[in-house]
Amino acid sequence: MSYIAILITYIFISNFILVQFLGLCPFIGVSKSSESALGMGMAVTFVTSIASVVCWCAYQFILVPLSLTYLQTITFILVIAALVQLVEMIIRKISPPLYNALGIFLPLITTNCAVLGIAIINITEGYNLLESFFAGLAAGLGFTLAIVLMSNIRERLDMYPVRRAFKGVPIAFISAGLMALAFMAFDKSLLTNLHLV
Amino acid sequence: MMANKHLHELTKGIFKENPTFIIMLGMCPTLGVTTQVVNALGMSAGVLFVLLCSNVMISLLKNVIPDSVRIPAYVVVIASFVTIVEMVMHAFVPSVYKALGVYLPLIVVNCIILGRAEAFANKNTVLDSALDAIGMSIGFTLALTLIALIREVFGAGTITLIPIGDWDGVVSIPGLRTWPVRIMTLAAGALLLMGYLKAFFGWYSEKKQKRG
Repeated sequence: MSYIAILITYIFISNFILVQFLGLCPFIGVSKSSESALGMGMAVTFVTSIASVVCWCAYQFILVPLSLTYLQTITFILVIAALVQLVEMIIRKISPPLYNALGIFLPLITTNCAVLGIAIINITEGYNLLESFFAGLAAGLGFTLAIVLMSNIRERLDMYPVRRAFKGVPIAFISAGLMALAFMAFDKSLLTNLHLV
Repeated sequence: MMANKHLHELTKGIFKENPTFIIMLGMCPTLGVTTQVVNALGMSAGVLFVLLCSNVMISLLKNVIPDSVRIPAYVVVIASFVTIVEMVMHAFVPSVYKALGVYLPLIVVNCIILGRAEAFANKNTVLDSALDAIGMSIGFTLALTLIALIREVFGAGTITLIPIGDWDGVVSIPGLRTWPVRIMTLAAGALLLMGYLKAFFGWYSEKKQKRG
């Protein structure tokens, strides 16, 4: 698959949140204001891109030669946890403004399904190193797109009367469902129509 | 009194603190695997095993693990049990293993398991932790089965269970089989259904509180 096809696939066609439900907890939890949604989205994109590459290398250069591929899950989660810690320390050292923007979201990302999810998907889909990087980037961008759209919807919703039982999380889920309906317009035929496969 | 407390640890997860509908943890697998009842049951079995083992293990190790590295330690314990589940399912129920796909290894980052380790198992006794794990898993199973039943019955007109002998394990519902409400099996239907169910359970528990 070409890199553009990978980008379109993971941003629109199989959007991580709206189609695959990966990373739903922060999607509901952090989408109350558009500012924090954007921060979370950027932090996730940052980590999924790096984690895709590092996990791919760990799998191909350590686990495969030693035929320890069944340790995939443990290795990936440890790599991601260490990576998030490292990224946090580096950002704090070199760019305090960026740290102020992303810092509080980084610890939450270790247990975000999206990061471990893309690392595993890269292996099951058999992507090479560069394809993995693009898949990670696109997964993060798709997450950002969905969470930013969602936070804007929720900010608007605050101004409208909503029945008490539906206030907060339930109406957020229903809005997400309607958004997912809209995203169904993107399917595999998009790639064929754009002559990407 | 003591027996009552143990019973409370067991039953609180089923309704009062239901992990899916009340505390809203572990949403990703909840919506991802509930297109068929059999997948929901497979997922629940995996979560039960991992939650029970990790709760017991962490409760046993709670005085040994240093506080500063407790989260990585919990993650390693949980990931080991998830690997066991993956290997067992791959060997014995390959069809369920395939259907669960990426969601099976993702049990590692299921918030329910890490949440219970952090909030319960590291300060309670082994027995209470085990009971808590069983209760939470039953709550999770009920929630998943309910969602899967609604989605499969309306979306495909079938109920897929485990095949036994000659029976292929599929119950079909006349009418819905021919004219299914296709959206229920799609991603959008899952999110909509979750919103309505959450609203219903919120309304119900509020009503009960007012009365009690």
